[in-house]
Formats: sequence, C-alpha cells, structure tokens
Amino acid sequence: MDMSTPMGRGPRMKLVMVGNGMAGVRTLEELLKLAPDLYDITVFGAEPYPNYNRILLSPVLAGEQTVDDIVLNPLDWYSENAITLHTGKKVVKIDRSARFVEAEDGTRAEYDRLLLATGSNPFMLPVPGADLEGVISFRDIADVDAMIHACSKYRHAVVIGGGLLGLEAANGLMKRGMDVTVVHLAPWLMERQLDEPAARLLQQNLEAKGMKFLLQKQTAELVSSPSPASGGGVGERASEHRVTAIRFKDGDEVPADLVVMAVGIRPNTELAESAGLHCNRGIVVNDTMQTFDPRIYSIGECAAHRGIAYGLVAPLFEQAKVCANHLAHYGIGRYEGSVTSTKLKVTGIDLFSAGDFTGGEGTEAILYSDPIGGVYKKLVIKDNKLVGGVMYGDTVDGAWYFSLLRDGKNVSELRDHLMFGQDHCGNLGHQGINKAASMTDDMEVCGCNGVCKGDIVKAIREKGLFTLEDVRKHTKASGSCGSCTGLVEQILAVTAGGDYSATPKTRSMCGCTDHTHEEARAAIKQNKLLTIPQVMEFMEWRTPNGCASCRPALNYYLISAWPGEAEDDPQSRFINERAHANIQKDGTYSVIPRMWGGNTTPSELRRIATVAEKYNIPTVHVTGGQRIDLLGVKKEDLPKVWADLDMPSGHAYGKALRTVKTCVGAEWCRFGTQDSTRMGIDLEKAFFKMWAPHKVKLAVSGCPRNCAEVAIKDVGIIGVDSGWEIYVGGNGGIKTEVAQFLVKVKTPQEVLEYSGAFLQIYREEARYLDRTVHYIERVGLDYVKKKILDDAEGRRALYERLMFALSVERDPWVERAREGKLKHEFETVAA
Amino acid sequence: MNNWIDILDVNDIPRLGARVVRHGELDIAVFRSADDEIFALEDRCPHKGGPLSQGIVHGKKVTCPLHNWNIELESGCAVAPDQGCAREFPVRVEGSRVWLDLAAVDRVAA
Repeated sequence: MDMSTPMGRGPRMKLVMVGNGMAGVRTLEELLKLAPDLYDITVFGAEPYPNYNRILLSPVLAGEQTVDDIVLNPLDWYSENAITLHTGKKVVKIDRSARFVEAEDGTRAEYDRLLLATGSNPFMLPVPGADLEGVISFRDIADVDAMIHACSKYRHAVVIGGGLLGLEAANGLMKRGMDVTVVHLAPWLMERQLDEPAARLLQQNLEAKGMKFLLQKQTAELVSSPSPASGGGVGERASEHRVTAIRFKDGDEVPADLVVMAVGIRPNTELAESAGLHCNRGIVVNDTMQTFDPRIYSIGECAAHRGIAYGLVAPLFEQAKVCANHLAHYGIGRYEGSVTSTKLKVTGIDLFSAGDFTGGEGTEAILYSDPIGGVYKKLVIKDNKLVGGVMYGDTVDGAWYFSLLRDGKNVSELRDHLMFGQDHCGNLGHQGINKAASMTDDMEVCGCNGVCKGDIVKAIREKGLFTLEDVRKHTKASGSCGSCTGLVEQILAVTAGGDYSATPKTRSMCGCTDHTHEEARAAIKQNKLLTIPQVMEFMEWRTPNGCASCRPALNYYLISAWPGEAEDDPQSRFINERAHANIQKDGTYSVIPRMWGGNTTPSELRRIATVAEKYNIPTVHVTGGQRIDLLGVKKEDLPKVWADLDMPSGHAYGKALRTVKTCVGAEWCRFGTQDSTRMGIDLEKAFFKMWAPHKVKLAVSGCPRNCAEVAIKDVGIIGVDSGWEIYVGGNGGIKTEVAQFLVKVKTPQEVLEYSGAFLQIYREEARYLDRTVHYIERVGLDYVKKKILDDAEGRRALYERLMFALSVERDPWVERAREGKLKHEFETVAA
Repeated sequence: MNNWIDILDVNDIPRLGARVVRHGELDIAVFRSADDEIFALEDRCPHKGGPLSQGIVHGKKVTCPLHNWNIELESGCAVAPDQGCAREFPVRVEGSRVWLDLAAVDRVAA
C-alpha cells in the first residue's frame, strides 16, 4: 500500500465516494481540513444535484424554503477542492480486487480507499398498485418536485405512515392546498417518539389545521379506476395508470390522486452486498467506520454500527469526523454510538422527544398534563438519572433535558423542580429570553460576545452549520460563559432542522484527544505520570503539545495528583496564573493583595496608597471580596509592586482559593453568635495557596442574618448559637446557585476539617473548570455526604492530603519579588 | 536594505513561550516552539490588540490571552474561521543567538 506519501509528492492516493449526501460530504470536508493533499477525490451521486440538506426537504415542500436555499455544497465547492463530481450517475459495481467502481453508464474510477455513503431507500409497501403513477416516497428533491406538481393538478392526497416524515409530508401537502389524509397502522401517531397522550395532542392540533387521520388502518391495495367518484383531477382527466384510491383490509376506500409512502427507510446496501461486503441491516462497520474490507469505509444511513443504522444527522456527523480521521491516517478517533433526540419540523407544532420515554420496570415518570392549554410533558427517571422524555406544546427546556440525559447527570437534587425547567433550578444571574422562536433577529443571544439571533441564523444558513461547536467557532455565540448554550441550540434546531445537537456520550477534553477528563486523571494517578509530555505520550495525544485548553487542565491534574513531585509548568498556565496577576483589556495587570478574612490595618492601607502613587496606578477599586484591587499595573512593575506591598498574594488571578468573606461577628455585632471573622481568617490561612479546578470562594457569617452572603459561596459557614452550619456548592456568577446544607458541627476545628475535606474531594474529582456546584451536580450531594460525613477516616485522610498539598506550595509573590524566580517573565528586551 | 541585529539567546525564551522585544514604541513577541523554532510577530492580536506574547504556545500557534483567538506563528494569521493577521518580522537563528531584521521592522512600523 502506498501510504508513504502524505504530503502530495509523487502520485496521490485515490479516494472514491459513492453517494453524494450529507454524511459523505461532511466526511470529505473533515478530511480536507486534516489532510487536504492526501487524496485525489472522486464522488458519484445518483441524484443530479450537489449535496443538499435533506432534513430541509419538509420546509421546501411546505413552501417555506426553496431548493436553492438548502444546497450545502454548491458545484463551486467541488471544483475549488479539486473533487471530480459525477452527478446523476449511479454506481452499480465494485471490483474489489482490481479496485475500481463502475457506474450505470460505464464511467469507472479506481480507488485506494472507497467510501460507501449510499444512504437509505424509502420502504415501499409491497401492495398491489404500488407501482401506479402518483405513488411516491418522500426522500429526495425529485419526490418533492412530484408532490409540488401534483398539488397544482389534484386534490386528494393520502400519506401512508404517521411518523416524523409522514407528518411532515402531510403538512407540506396541506399547505399547498391538498386535502390530506394520513393513514397509520399503529394506534397513535409517531409511536416511536411519542407516548399516547402526547400523540393525541399532536393529532388534535393537526386536525384543527385540517388534516385527517385514519389510525389502525392497514393498506390492502392502491387502485386505479377512472370513476368520477374518486374526485379525479381538476381540469384534467387522470391517466389510466394513475392511482385514484386507496383500499384498506377492512374494505374501506378513500379517494387518492397522490399517495406518499412514508413507512420507513431501509439502508441502501444493494451495491455493498453485490460486492460481497458483510451486511446486516446495513453495511457492517467497526468503531472506525471501516467495513470488512479494510480499504472500504462506510458511513451514514447505510452503515450499521453496533447493530444500529442511524437516520439523524448529528450521529452521522460524529461518524464523519471519525471516518475522516482514519482516512487522513491519523488513526485515533473512535465512534461509540449516539443518543438521539427528535423534533418535528411542522411550523406551529412544538414537540420534543428523546431517549427511553416509555419507561418500564425500574423507572419512574414525572408527568405534567394540561390538555386545555395543549401542554404535555413526561420525564422518565431511572437510578436518579433522566433517561428519556416527551414534551408537547412547550419544548423550551428540550435542549436542557437532552443535555442532562446525554451527560447522565444525577438529577436527585433537581427532582422537585425538574419538570418546571432550567429557569426554576436557580437561574437568577443571567436569565434573558429563552424562547428562540419568539426572538427577533436583532435580539441579543450571547451577551458576552454581542451576537444577535440574526447573526447566528445567517451563519447557520450560509455556512451550513449543524453543531453547537460549529456555531461557536463561526459566531462566538455561547463560546465564553456558556449561559446561552440552550438558546443557541434552540436556534440551531429551528434553523437547521431537528436533529442538531452534538451527541457523543462522553465528552473528550478537547480536539487534541478523544480521552475524557476522568480518563486523563485516572491515567495520571494509576501510572504515576509526572509531566505533560508523559501524559500526552502515554495517552497518544494527536497534537504535539496540546492546546490552550488541555494543557492548563493537565497541569492542574498533575500537580493535584502528585503534589511536590509533579513540577508546575508555567508555560501551561494561563497568563494570569503565570504572571500571578490579572491581565486587563489593554495588556496591563491588576494586583489584589490578600486581606485575611477581609481585615486590614492602617499600615497595610498606607503601603497600598504609597504603591499606587509610586507606580502611577490609575485605578484603586474595592472588590466584592472585601479586598483592594490595584488596576493598570505594568507587567514589568509587578515584582516591585509586590515587594513594596509586602502582603501575601490574593490569588485573585487564579483557579485557586480566592477570598474568605466575613462579617464582623460576635466581636462587634450585637446579634453575632460566633466569632465569624476569626473563623474566616483561620480558614483563609489554612487553605491559602490552594489551586483548584476553578476559583474557590468562601464566606463566614456570625449569625443567620448572613451578612457575608454565604449562600452563594463554594463553602459557606453560618455561625449559630450551638455551633456552625456548613453549606457547599453556592455560586453567585453566571448562574446563581444557592449553596446546599452539608452538615452542622460544633467546633472551629471541625469547620476546618469538614470544609477542607470537601475542598479536597472537589480538587481530586472535579473536571478542570467545573465549579463546586457543577461537581456536586454531577456526583450528587448524597455521594459527597457519604464521603465527608459517613466516613470519618476518609474525611481525615482527605483533609490530610489537602494539608500536605498546601505544605509544598509557596507564596508566588514572595518567590518572584524577593527571590527572582522566573525573572524573564517580567523583563522586556530592548532592541 | 537589511539591518540584522542580535537580540537575545534562544535560551532566554522559555520553550513554548515568548519574550517581548521592545523597539521604540513597538512591542515584538519572539516565540520559541517545543523544537526550538523561533518566530517574531507584532505583539498585537488582530482581534482586539491583545498581547500575543502572553498567550499559551502550542504546536506552531499561540492562543491570545484575551479572547482565545489562535494565531499561526509562521504567518501571524488567525486560524479560521477567525480572520486577520498580526504583522510578522524576519528572524533567524545563528548558533544559539536570535537575530532580528530591524530594517524590516522599521519599514512595517513606519
């Protein structure tokens, strides 16, 4: 095999793709990104069009979009990428030993690698009359053209199949003025996506629009009799071979000038089978999308992966990514299957379904039903995890439920509010509007990056985006704080069609690896890896030295797993943690010295004042964390500023212990029950210099009036007459989260031990950049309680591990201001 | 006209890091990759002027510290879909010394 010339010297390898649809072309796009010069590419498509968005055939039929609107890759795209495109040529033969394919008209193409992306065929009921004129499927542009044509001539349409596709076809035909009857074998519509109550609501809604339904009807025959009773054509006699009616097993008959069969699809494996490739409900592929012939890959609706042939676009794009990776000789990615969700693209109908919504043994269902208001919701829970759901009439939270489901999050804490959606689960900080469909184009979606709905819609349409990740890349929407992610997903769903969202079961750390955060942590611990290059080699990173997202994570995992042994790598730290100050928009820095428990002294204040004047520091600001921020410091002045301040680092720049906010407590306050200031100072001194997956904020209040606002801190302590209450997982940021009660203890020593143990388990187990609230959300508070409250020995061990980790840390300001550590960081070179 | 001057030693720059070389008003970020390749760019991200020298260096790219744009060290240009380029300057390495063509810098800066 000539695998030796990847850079285009000498003859290039030949890649032939059979099938010119969405999954296949996406594979080529991914491949061209990775290895633009590796192959000479030839594409065969049976249809006379370039690649178009098949999902949007329904809106085209309904007259809401045109064929031009849904083209994804215009002909120019093929020529720009030097791809030889044969449209309208159906490949009928693969010669696997001589390695070429041949089309009906005799066109041949040789291959080194062959990609079969032949998609699927509509299943046509084998009833008498199925071959009559006017009997079609709903699969491609030709079908849509035939339907549109029929709408101008005839009146009676029958759609066989009350599933997703059938209803979309029926809706489109109705919008074009046809009298439409939907025939369905099952007792209710969309039985694979909906339970009966939701389906009844859907049916009522569609009936109100004028659609007719015949449920539990089995088609016996399609008949062609030019009797006037059938209604016939308007202004034109039906041809003799045109269908005029549909007859059922029970003898009933309904007039039909157009019959659309939408009873299902079958993977198109004809070509593969004729070439002797192993097929079983699809072309059988492994996790790298390779068929039983190692030179031949297959993806899309024709491919059977672990027994499943997927029909939704999101999983197929995951497959495309993996397949491209292997075609490019990277050889890393694996496709491991997907969870999918469904949305019906019928304007005015709001419906969402995902996962196992029927329930069954071991599951519990939460129901909400408002038949008059036309809203129905069902959530199915198993082992404290959401495993499925159906929503009708109000699907605002669909994306949120789907992400809970996909991530397998423990929902026991959310349970009481789960049904009422994300906004009822503590989102006070950044609520905004959450109905994508009701937004106008000029309304802002992403407040961080100033992206409006119109920008997102335009990018999705013009650039053919399908995934959240794509939208983030192109528009920046939801790329910063992420609080508008659900909204962006909804806009995607509305604009690009239903099955939009990224669906890997587990999320890899970043594009440099397929490993998850947990896998990286486990590998570091189990194999005693001590440096980033060791991790990357051991875990086969696909980039030479990672990226700005995995390197800081790995650095944290290393130093937290092996304190004192793994060496901190400053080059893998974000600049704030490398310079130990916060970079500002103009490239200057801000300096926040530590004020233990929010207490300061006249002499500290005097030094701060002197420093501010001496270094011309333009802004002096009092922070929300009871400290003073000096803004606008030049980088080269930092070590001198630190030396003159002679105060400890406040770590306001780090994923580390930030502030411990306190009230004045029993020492001064007439209501105070405990010395909260002393407790706060003790906590801050105990946990000073602690690096963590994200920033950590503490607070201590001296009585339940709670002036230190402990409910929005990672660890919050409230002094009561009989001791101290400890709360964990609060957050006052992007999304306000109220801290949850962990335990009540008696002594300050216990406060230190329980808080420390909690922080250590968070440090050891949370994913990098997860706050405590996210960690608790993932593992559940019960788990944390088990580890911290029920297991006294484990708690002490956690606390001791934290104390040990902190014992090897030094104050970074002292090291740099007094000992000249990493001097080069702060010096410029003159030229 | 060239005006090559010796600016610093390769070892003065941390691997996967950068140093700032100041020429008059102009800050130049001089980067060192993992395999000791040296690149010089104007220390201004094409997006909002962030100091590229302060970013995380990976492969032959640097991630701007302000808004995470990725900039190619060889061309100074942003990785798609972002658009824009930081100006790049000629550097060469002789032995362990890094030389910068100040004439080119002045032409660009002018």
